[in-house]
Amino acid sequence: MFPFRIPIRDWISDAVDYLVSEYAAVFDAFSALVYFLVDNLKDGMLALHPLALIIVIAAITLKMAGWRVALFAALGLLLSENIGLWQAFVETLALVLTAELLVMVVGLPLGVLAARKDGFHSVVRPVLDLMQTMPAFVYLIPAVMFFGLGLVPGVVATFVFALPPLIRLTNLGIRQVPKELVEAADAFGATGSQKLFKVQIPVAMPTIMAGVNQSIMLGLSMVVIAAMIGAGGLGEDVLRGIQRLQVGQGFEAGLVVVIMAIILDRITAGFGEKTSTS
Amino acid sequence: MSEIITVRNLFKIFGDNPKKALQALKEGKSKDEILREHKQIVGVRDINFSVQEGEIFVLMGLSGSGKSTLQRLINRLHEPTSGEIVINGTDVVKLNQNDLREFRRKNFCGMVFQNFAILPHRNVLGNVEFGLELQGVEKEERQEKARKIIKLVGLEGNEDNYPSQLSGGMQQRVGLARGLAVDADILLMDEAFSALDPLIRRQMQDELLELQARMKKTILFVTHDLDEAFRLGDRIAIMKDGLIVQVGTAEEIISRPADEYVRTFVEDMDRSAVLTARTIMLPVKERAFTGDGPRTILRKIRRYGLSGILVTDSKRHLKGYILAKELADYIDRNKQVEDLKMDQSLVRDAAYVDRDMPLNEVINVYQEADYGPIAVVDSDQRLEGVIVRGAIIAALSEGYEIQPNDQPDPQKEE
Repeated sequence: MFPFRIPIRDWISDAVDYLVSEYAAVFDAFSALVYFLVDNLKDGMLALHPLALIIVIAAITLKMAGWRVALFAALGLLLSENIGLWQAFVETLALVLTAELLVMVVGLPLGVLAARKDGFHSVVRPVLDLMQTMPAFVYLIPAVMFFGLGLVPGVVATFVFALPPLIRLTNLGIRQVPKELVEAADAFGATGSQKLFKVQIPVAMPTIMAGVNQSIMLGLSMVVIAAMIGAGGLGEDVLRGIQRLQVGQGFEAGLVVVIMAIILDRITAGFGEKTSTS
Repeated sequence: MSEIITVRNLFKIFGDNPKKALQALKEGKSKDEILREHKQIVGVRDINFSVQEGEIFVLMGLSGSGKSTLQRLINRLHEPTSGEIVINGTDVVKLNQNDLREFRRKNFCGMVFQNFAILPHRNVLGNVEFGLELQGVEKEERQEKARKIIKLVGLEGNEDNYPSQLSGGMQQRVGLARGLAVDADILLMDEAFSALDPLIRRQMQDELLELQARMKKTILFVTHDLDEAFRLGDRIAIMKDGLIVQVGTAEEIISRPADEYVRTFVEDMDRSAVLTARTIMLPVKERAFTGDGPRTILRKIRRYGLSGILVTDSKRHLKGYILAKELADYIDRNKQVEDLKMDQSLVRDAAYVDRDMPLNEVINVYQEADYGPIAVVDSDQRLEGVIVRGAIIAALSEGYEIQPNDQPDPQKEE
């Protein structure tokens, strides 16, 4: 139909090549940062006796979600230890938490900005749609080109996938702050930042926490895909189980992912509820 | 008392091209025409009024009349399209954002909202100190002040409770306390009691009046409820379609509505609760002085064909009432006495009411009185006028209007 073809593939490839060759230092620095965060987190958690860490996690769960969930967390974690997946559990937890930390550092300010500037909001929306619907394998390849195989592209892929819900829900939460509350802040002579930090963010906190919760859940769903490029952790065990047709081994690793998901979900959901009722 | 807020030629048009619509409006186009032809919404137009220091000034109107818009123009939560708003000598419209913020902190701060607009993540103390916190007042000082105000509005003991633990009435007390804590000259109240159920609303109105008697703030109160407007307002501005149609005291509005709209509006009002003795009293045609002799008094009575006469001293203080028949009998019995002195036992107690007493209470006094008219006195017991039975009935019938020249001037002295 057309005498020519729009060379999207060339543009993207050229752009990636250009970035890889020109900004290697930036990517290396970012790599180092991610390694630093993940390694410290992982080593810190592994330095503890498994039982000590289990007690800490159960205690946090108890505070945020009640004794039933805390009991479930303790039993689930003991089971993970029992079936020999403790090391993998900690690795995955460190990866997910690091990705979530980056998501919050980037996502919260962008969400606030989107809520305040309609122009920015209309630009950022299609980008978020793209991030959430573009098949993960498509950006896995450039991620590997930028950062090499291993942990970092795994964190980046998780980050890309987990970022949109936080931006969306932060934006939504701040836009949903009742108009009268904002008017009250204005009427009492609040500055822009007083209004943001004393009224808008605290009032939007339950919704923002729902965003954090959603992005952690999405991050966990990336565990197996991240393992394909060498991020390690539970994903690797799942993968190995699949490759060797050892259904049982794959199931065990999958079960531990589910246990982690439930614990993290209940903790963040509990935190969200606490901010809304108190 | 002096003017604290003066509003002149204030217009507000919502839309993307207010200037053009303003021009059309000034050329005499109606609100609907502007909406049709220019796609701009007229919020308020040609508003002129002033508020006296220490009064409760009520903006009253149905929804869409522009009352809340007008209130939000005054502290510039809405930007005026044109006009002047002078508060304590400063034209608020001309302030830049920084000065406006400073001005809000100093002069308004107090604003109380219909849906309370208190912060759900802060406890009562945290909400009440909010305004002071924004001003940068030290923590200890602002908490001490907040505790004082919390006590004042009757929330003592609830300092650590969160809004979700409080009833609607208590939440609005928090809103009120927050407004009062900043010690602003002016308190803006936007439908502050409208979300409360009737009994609580009534109670809050009473408490506001009590607080006001002590604090003497200037309060600009917006409501759609006529009863509330008349209960609270020292003066009331009635709004319709973005215009103020009448400003006056409750009595002025109910007895002399400016147009048909106001008339139908106030029709359902319980007139006996709003009209006071002063509105319906008649001037005293003749009275007796304490030093008058009996024959002089009788002459005064006969001149107007009265059945009796009120007695005052030379300073107009009410002393009693003399019945014509008893006085005539007394003179008859003492025909031969040349220099007949007045028998003080003839001076009976006179039924009297305060000039600000509402008619529904005047009626009770009237029912208990056995003789004579009802005397109307001021707070010093000085006679100002009389009420006759016919006047009460006339005032309560709906068509009745009191002409300005019918009203005796109560300030007139001897």
